[in-house]
Amino acid sequence: MIVHIEKCHKCGACVGSCPQNAIYLNDVMLEFNENCNRCGRCVKICPVGALEMEGKE
Amino acid sequence: MRQIKCDVVVVGAGPAGSMTAKWAAKNGVDVVLIEKRQEIGAPVRCGEGISKAWLDEVGIEVDPKWIARDIKGAKFVSPTGFTYFVDEKNAGNEVGWVVDRVFFDKALAKDAAKAGAKIMLKTAATGLIWKDGKVAGVKAVSHGEEIEILADAVVGADGYESQIGRWAGIDTSLKPNDILTCYQYRLTNIKYDCDYCEFVLGSAAPGGYVWVFPKTEDTANVGLGILTPLIKNLGDPKMYLDKFIAETPGLKDGQPLECVAGAVSVCAPLDSVCIDHVILVGDAARQIDPITGGGISNSCIAGMFAGKALAKAKETGDYTMNTFQEYEDNWRDRLENKLWRNWMAKEKLVTLDDATLDSLVKTISEVGVEKLSVRNLLAIVKEKHPDLVKEFEDLI
Ligand SMILES: Cc1cc2nc3c(=O)[nH]c(=O)nc-3n(C[C@H](O)[C@H](O)[C@H](O)COP(=O)(O)OP(=O)(O)OC[C@H]3O[C@@H](n4cnc5c(N)ncnc54)[C@H](O)[C@@H]3O)c2cc1C
Ligand code: SF4
Ligand code: SF4
Repeated sequence: MIVHIEKCHKCGACVGSCPQNAIYLNDVMLEFNENCNRCGRCVKICPVGALEMEGKE
Repeated sequence: MRQIKCDVVVVGAGPAGSMTAKWAAKNGVDVVLIEKRQEIGAPVRCGEGISKAWLDEVGIEVDPKWIARDIKGAKFVSPTGFTYFVDEKNAGNEVGWVVDRVFFDKALAKDAAKAGAKIMLKTAATGLIWKDGKVAGVKAVSHGEEIEILADAVVGADGYESQIGRWAGIDTSLKPNDILTCYQYRLTNIKYDCDYCEFVLGSAAPGGYVWVFPKTEDTANVGLGILTPLIKNLGDPKMYLDKFIAETPGLKDGQPLECVAGAVSVCAPLDSVCIDHVILVGDAARQIDPITGGGISNSCIAGMFAGKALAKAKETGDYTMNTFQEYEDNWRDRLENKLWRNWMAKEKLVTLDDATLDSLVKTISEVGVEKLSVRNLLAIVKEKHPDLVKEFEDLI
């Protein structure tokens, strides 16, 4: 996952929407763990388009 | 590793967490309330609209400090600009105040502290502690230090992003059709009707609505939510909001003081929001109203019930479902029917095109409602457009 951290508002919308609970968010960063199955939901849900899936259009 | 022991650790100091902490602590429970941010209530992630009717019920004392604006009514705008006003006389409890969450959330936390709860800021729960197959507290990072908070019960009041429930094995997952993704500005330098909360329906915010909630004469919370399946391009919520503002005469010269991203659940009530030693409250328990997306009141109401159940658990020493069932029963008695009805109404509403929404708003304004509530609005729809509500007419 590519995180455009300069766009990110640390809002947690992606975290709460991930069916795999694969995202961890704190004050400074967003982390994705190995449970991610690349479903793409977080990418779609991010209100500001701060996430991008590697290797996908 | 440093260990802290208490009866109950509440994770998240939003309205749900503070209310739970207050109602538990005031009945003798030793409560630690942890919050990962450095300031309670900030940054604000909310439109800040509340009704007035429920505050008494949960024991919140009204303080002018957290009231930003007293609202005269609500204004529903259809896709082609057809407007329906509901004013104070017939608005009932659906309009009320636009609050200041920075002060509101702090006021609730103060109440919790006064009742005896201990508050820890910059303290994030990072996992659960399990003992003999049961939850026995949380692991946390507090001001950079890893600590353990051992407790008989863990309350997940950690908002939309909640992880406590999922760590505990409670299914809080959401379908895309039950998630609104939102963007909002605190917009200043605008010319608008600052006595009314405005809701704009239709394709300006697919599957959701645009809101304009007055803060002062020239400043409002202007935001929108879009239903996830209707998102076409990355970052649509911000794009749609920018477009709406640019195309709206009184708003287009507005300048932002804050920007807010976030998501709200608009789902049917969950099957279960607690297990032995774990209780979920508020957005973490997906208790938001699926039509309005409002969750402050429900969080506080559920928080009160959770706190009371925890007090009972302290009395009996039994922090399992034997005691927590009372919380499930109480919040469901109070909220569940409404949540179901509004969820079904939402499921229908999101399928309507602009033309149908236009005729709906028109119908409602012609007939008028005695008292504004989702239920009364649906009753009119039932009479004039029975086809739209036939799947759930028995709930109206
Ligand atoms: C854009 C937007 C507009 C809204 N507008 C309205 C409105 O006008 N009216 C209305 O009634 N509702 C509105 N809502 C919904 C409302 O904001 C929520 O329902 C309400 O805040 C829920 O309260 P809560 O206490 O459950 O959660 P929150 O207020 O989200 O509080 C959760 C707290 O938990 C903390 N937390 C999270 N994870 C951890 C962790 N691991 N460790 C420690 N702390 C943690 C968070 O930092 C946060 O402070 C809106 C929501 C959004 C996103
Ligand atoms: S792609 Fe899917 S599984 Fe991976 S982090 Fe995003 S929402 Fe979770
Ligand atoms: S949804 Fe987007 S803006 Fe919000 S925390 Fe996730 S990446 Fe950041």
